[in-house]
Amino acid sequence: MTLPVPAAALLAQAPVSADTVGLTHYLVVSALVFGLGILVILTRRNAIAVLMGLELLLNAGGLNFVAFSKFAAPDRVDGQIVTLFVIVIAAAEASLALAITLNIFNNLSTIEIDEASSLKG
Amino acid sequence: MTFSDIIFYVFAVIAVVPALAILFVQGIVRMAFLLLFSLAGFAGLYLQLGAGFLGFTQVVVYIGGILILFLFGVMLTARIDLPVRERLGPALLVPGIFAGLMILGGVLFLALGTPWLEKVPAPEAHPVAVAPAAETAPPSGLPPAPRVPRRDPETTRIGVKLLGAYVLPFEAVSILLLVAMIGATYIARSRSEEGARE
Repeated sequence: MTLPVPAAALLAQAPVSADTVGLTHYLVVSALVFGLGILVILTRRNAIAVLMGLELLLNAGGLNFVAFSKFAAPDRVDGQIVTLFVIVIAAAEASLALAITLNIFNNLSTIEIDEASSLKG
Repeated sequence: MTFSDIIFYVFAVIAVVPALAILFVQGIVRMAFLLLFSLAGFAGLYLQLGAGFLGFTQVVVYIGGILILFLFGVMLTARIDLPVRERLGPALLVPGIFAGLMILGGVLFLALGTPWLEKVPAPEAHPVAVAPAAETAPPSGLPPAPRVPRRDPETTRIGVKLLGAYVLPFEAVSILLLVAMIGATYIARSRSEEGARE
């Protein structure tokens, strides 16, 4: 595997910073929050609680983008722009999902997700 | 351990511990407030990573917008005459916990076990823009103005890239947000007038 010349030149230098917190620390934080978000989604009965777990997942993904763009990308701005898009899409998703939840509540008088099984065959 | 490391660990604890508590706490409003702390911890981590604009966007959009939307959703869908059932039944709960723990372990294994190809922090992270010489030429009789190296803030670079290389995704996501907002308003509208008309 051949690296392009600027990347190879960057990798040839030894890290000089005294900070011990590196890419892996951020990835571990992100992985923990991702797993906890999955657990919230899979164990809660309330639809709004499931949406909160989804927000945890999106945040964990966004933190990964920013951490990779700081520690491993040629331009650290690119990952931040992707995370901005993630935040915008999370806002769109939250508003739509809450509208659907309100509709479920109007029709079924509950937002417990195992009760909303009208489409189950 | 340097001071910036300590800051990282503080924000990491603020981000992870409320997320863990969301799993165990009873009551949807308590979950919302724990989510507030977790999101604030993420905003601090963004600041710690040097992404100031993103950190404050996180505070404004997530804590100021999405979380309030959740609280409105809780308010509009609460039933006080029904007993609260927090978790799924055991037939769904046990496989859910199993699958969630497996995903957690798998992602942690990937994060810790992969030899990530890190770069040295780039020296041109804050490029120094040199003021053009023609504009700073002093009028006669005055001493020349001192050259102050101007730091290019990251927000400027985000804005230039957003309307440069990323202009197509930017417009696409704008349209997506507009469509989602109109759709949400349409879906969540009251049905009573429609029923009265028929």
